Amino acid sequence: MSETSESRLSVKARLPGFLRRVDPAVLTAFGCILLLLLLGSLYSSNFLSPDYLLQQLKVASFLGVVAAGMMIVILLGHIDLSVPWVMTTGAMMACAAAGFGNAGASVAIPVGVLSGMAFGLLNGIGVAYLRIPSMIVTLASNVVAQGLMVVYTGGFSPQDSASNAIRWLATGALVPGVPNAIVVWIAVSAAMVFLLTRTAFGRAVYGIGNSERAAFLSGVGTRRVVMIAFVVSGGLSAFGGVLLAGYASKAAQAMGDAYLLPSIAAVVLGGTSILGGRGSYVGTVAGVILITLLQSILSVMQMPEAGRQIVYGIVIIVMLLLYGRAPPSR
Amino acid sequence: MREWRYWLNEQRGTLTGLAIFLVMFAVYVANHPAGFTANVVHTAANKGVLLAFVAMAQALVVITAGIDLSVGMVLVLTNCLASWIVVGGAMPTSLGVAAVLATGMLCGTINGLLVIYGRLQPIVATIATGAVYFGLALLLRPFPGGSVNEDLADALTGRLFGVVPSSLVALAAVVLLVWLPFRRSVAGRAAYAAGSSEPAAFMSGVPIRRGKFAAYLLGGLLAGMGGLFLTFFTYTGEAAYASGSAYTLWSIAAVVLGGVSLYGGRGSAVGAIFGAFAARTTGDMLFAFDVDPLWQPLLQGIVLMVAVSLGSLALLRVRNRLDWFQ
Repeated sequence: MSETSESRLSVKARLPGFLRRVDPAVLTAFGCILLLLLLGSLYSSNFLSPDYLLQQLKVASFLGVVAAGMMIVILLGHIDLSVPWVMTTGAMMACAAAGFGNAGASVAIPVGVLSGMAFGLLNGIGVAYLRIPSMIVTLASNVVAQGLMVVYTGGFSPQDSASNAIRWLATGALVPGVPNAIVVWIAVSAAMVFLLTRTAFGRAVYGIGNSERAAFLSGVGTRRVVMIAFVVSGGLSAFGGVLLAGYASKAAQAMGDAYLLPSIAAVVLGGTSILGGRGSYVGTVAGVILITLLQSILSVMQMPEAGRQIVYGIVIIVMLLLYGRAPPSR
Repeated sequence: MREWRYWLNEQRGTLTGLAIFLVMFAVYVANHPAGFTANVVHTAANKGVLLAFVAMAQALVVITAGIDLSVGMVLVLTNCLASWIVVGGAMPTSLGVAAVLATGMLCGTINGLLVIYGRLQPIVATIATGAVYFGLALLLRPFPGGSVNEDLADALTGRLFGVVPSSLVALAAVVLLVWLPFRRSVAGRAAYAAGSSEPAAFMSGVPIRRGKFAAYLLGGLLAGMGGLFLTFFTYTGEAAYASGSAYTLWSIAAVVLGGVSLYGGRGSAVGAIFGAFAARTTGDMLFAFDVDPLWQPLLQGIVLMVAVSLGSLALLRVRNRLDWFQ
């Protein structure tokens, strides 16, 4: 046992410095992305064209924004199952605000994000202060958000088309050739990297993920940090919903359903431990691109939905077996 | 302390689940226009039994400190399979039932192998297998349809002696034939021990792997029974993603309402059954109170939220703040 770990160490020690610091999971994820691109280019020559790749990155950016929030929560060792309807709530509230003339349209995006943060606050209070397991409290707030949206859309038919600003944010191009959604994703990513690696909050998140007791005894206000993390996650989920509404140019019920499992899978495939405390944001970006490419290739190959689900599940299992295994306990 | 107080302490979660269910059901029946009749009980039982099977499956896995996010999809898969093969005469039908249950067990086995021997985290591993199971269900039934042996279906969803819902009898039989033997076996104890503290269980020489594996396997079997009963109720098979994920989500809620700790090692599948019935009664209750159907999901969510928040009353008894972080 010790012999193998020593030999592993020596292999690692012989690598150049920048490779030694990189998480093997992140490397594997990027390797799989290259493999997918290669497979795709064998199937169709369009696959490596800049247009297609930019389009993929644009689609990936919605998942990327949601996965960024999910990652903070997973780093804490918790999980946020309220993503689907918080996304929908964000999108619907933003579109609703856009219905109130010019004043409404100017605050549409903040309104959407704030409504998501409100649900995040609900989750955060439940997890941090009431000590309810995150899985169950986010589940309950998902049902509450769904209920609110059913009541909201059921009684009357509200404004559900996205405002011009929201559409521009998702589909416009500030820099010629580069869709704004990608710029937004880059901005969110930069903020996340800064938050996780350069702030006390980020350090506390990793600390709590490793041992909340130890973090508490070291003087970290762990309950406040956990609550804020859930607020951030809720806000980012709702923001992802707003972007998606801009892309589809309207908000619809259940529009977020397809984002819960991929966002968790993206974070985990990027090498973040689901138990918390370990993982880098670069990995999450890799996971998001990987999942988007996988979905895209399966749909380009015109595989029916059933086959897509099966391949999707098997690929995730195989990748996890490659590098997502827990250390042997015995 | 007398013997029964230990027993009471051990069963506190289950009894709380029972109490929640009884209170809700009493309120429901009191407000139902028809009152406490065999018909009302029959309908409530048939609705509750489906979730009860899935919740039991979830409880078995949760007791080992795992979670199975694929239970709903196993239910959908077995439902689609049953709508193909549980047909015809006595012999083909019984073979079909056996095959459906074996499929459920196979799904549980795959989950168990991945989690125990593949050393994957249960949350992500079962998310992925859930996608595979749903894909298979979609292959079997791209469009809703199919049929089932109606004599068997009517026998299992009807009433015995005109009073007792036979679905409840089937549920009780499953508890007696599956849950109780498991609870009393070495594997069952090992499952509890592994959920309570895996290192301690390992150090004590408890067969952790066998216990966990049995839990996942029986979980698959129970989810398969749920799928079988779904076919008996609806006479068709349908690969509906929304219904699969709803069953998964409500099974977790039912398990928590039934006093099974999500951290593992505490609670029982019987509690999960009461939790499932309580969760189902919430929906029915809103109907009895004549609430606008539009408001039902919201009220259901609020009831769920309040119910799970009640557990945090235990925080008031915490003397040492470090105990928050259990």
